[in-house]
Amino acid sequence: MERKVVIELRDVRRDFQVGSETVHALRGVSFKIYEGEFVTIMGTSGSGKSTLLNQLGCLDTPTSGEYLLDGIAVRTMRRSQRARLRNRKIGFVFQNYNLLAKTTAVENVELPLMYNKEYNARARREAAIKALEAVGLADRLEHKSNQMSGGQMQRVAIARALVNNPAVILADEATGNLDTRTSFEVLVLFQKLHAEGRTIIFVTHNPEIAQYSSRNIVLRDGKIREDVENHNILSAAEALAALPAPQDD
Amino acid sequence: MSYINLFKIAIKAIMSNKARSFLSMLGIIIGVGAVIVMMAIGQGSKESIRKELSTMGTNLLTIRPGADMRGGVRLDPSAMQTLKQADYEAILSEAKFVKGVSPEVTTSGQAVFGSNNTTSTCYGESPDYLSIKLWNIEEGTGFTEEDVKKSAKVCIVGKTVVKELFPGGQDPVGKTIRFKSIPFRIIGVLKGKGYNNWGMDQDNVIIAPYTTVMKRLAAQTHYNSIVCSAVTEELSDAAIEDLTAILRRTHKLKESDVDNFTIRSQQEFMETMSSTMDTITIILVVAAAFSLLVAGIGIMNIMLVSVTERTKEIGLRMSVGARGLDISNQFLIESILISLTGGILGVLFGGLLTWGCNAIIGYPAVIPAWSVIVSFAVCVAIGVGFGYFPAQKAARLDPIEAIRYE
Repeated sequence: MERKVVIELRDVRRDFQVGSETVHALRGVSFKIYEGEFVTIMGTSGSGKSTLLNQLGCLDTPTSGEYLLDGIAVRTMRRSQRARLRNRKIGFVFQNYNLLAKTTAVENVELPLMYNKEYNARARREAAIKALEAVGLADRLEHKSNQMSGGQMQRVAIARALVNNPAVILADEATGNLDTRTSFEVLVLFQKLHAEGRTIIFVTHNPEIAQYSSRNIVLRDGKIREDVENHNILSAAEALAALPAPQDD
Repeated sequence: MSYINLFKIAIKAIMSNKARSFLSMLGIIIGVGAVIVMMAIGQGSKESIRKELSTMGTNLLTIRPGADMRGGVRLDPSAMQTLKQADYEAILSEAKFVKGVSPEVTTSGQAVFGSNNTTSTCYGESPDYLSIKLWNIEEGTGFTEEDVKKSAKVCIVGKTVVKELFPGGQDPVGKTIRFKSIPFRIIGVLKGKGYNNWGMDQDNVIIAPYTTVMKRLAAQTHYNSIVCSAVTEELSDAAIEDLTAILRRTHKLKESDVDNFTIRSQQEFMETMSSTMDTITIILVVAAAFSLLVAGIGIMNIMLVSVTERTKEIGLRMSVGARGLDISNQFLIESILISLTGGILGVLFGGLLTWGCNAIIGYPAVIPAWSVIVSFAVCVAIGVGFGYFPAQKAARLDPIEAIRYE
């Protein structure tokens, strides 16, 4: 059976003008990501992974080449069109959660739907509650962001990424600010979403995470250096269970 | 994003920075309050002048010698003596829309009774004068045509003159006073009118037949002015036209000559007064409006701070799908809300000041309804005008940089 292509990059290049010099952040990147894949994109700092993430997230457009998101060509789109595309097709998860301060979990999750006229207040709230249930925070709906732990905040952020039922979830160092145990908890959640058929792109510099994903793309100097499928996906849940029990004192 | 949600966000943003929001509103509050109270004072003054003038007879017409002086041109002195008996007689016999006519000759001087004296003005008038000026006699009688013919030395006096010359409370009627050493018998006392808006005591008058004043006091053959009253206020303009035709004929003016007299109606006078008050009001309001300008700059400043503070939030909103327009609307609504809330509080503040003006100082200030509406409109304009630049700044942020802003 032919798998559906969610993301397709064709020789994407991105140049930046820094003073009189031109920096080639991406030097011809091509790949396809299919529906239901859990892809880690790895690379050291300066490898171009942030630039690639901005491309994938429609926050930026390529200097040349073509990027198709769910079959839609992004390069020639105007700013407002890309905003709409982000709203409908992409769910972002950031390293530092980026929740709105003094705002409840539900309201935070509702945020993307605020910019979607197809949802009224009730539909918005229902969808937000459903997303929070999916990340295991059904009992934290009305907690404000400053009343939650880092792991909980990141789960709210994941719920926010899920709420618009996106074509792809883009995670940027989503476990970077969390301790080992909480990182595994979040990874368990990503694996669960993967198992449910979601397409996930996880950008990280942590090689460990690649073991839990289905495919690993390594970037160096703006080019793809490695692109391998992982046939031996480790279970994050097992890794979590194997961790020493937390010391309660 | 829907406007309801934008409003909710704006209210939340304002409430989470209460002190700062209030301080940026304060400029608007003071500015709007000042504008409101200035307009109220202007309006109040206008109304009290109007009330005052209407007690003097709204259909009053005043004919003065010389061309219209409002241009400020110096007059040929001979032109000041152009109103004569022939004019008066012509008006009496021919004027169509006039129901009372009185030549007027005035002279100031000292009035003496016994050991008391006072400085007053003697008005030489015809018997019609009191009805033209809507003035009543409280005690005694007025003089008659007979007195005019005989240049009788009789007079009617105002309350102030009575108070000054008869401090003991004797009945003045029948007593003989001296004005500029000419004896006048008091035949009537006028009802009190009090001070007018310009601080002039309207009761410090002595009214005598014009013939008496002309011959015995002023020694002149011309009138200082002629006052008449139009049949109705609406006919004032027709009366002026008619009188102009009569006087041009009696003055033997050619087609090409300009009028050597001026006829002004009370309405015209009222309009002049109002327009003077309007000018003063405008100057005051403009001064107050400058404080609104400063307040607007204050709001712009605070909105710029707000945009910088919330760069990360803007980045997040953009990455989850907010367009530039959504972001700029969000900040515009916030600045409109700040200035409009300031406007509402400012109107209340202005109302309080106006009340203080009335109750404490006793100045008759009235808030015109339109000034409240204008204030709100101006506040919205300030919110949009001074919020636009910060809102645009927010909308133009690059989401990539904004979301990583620390």
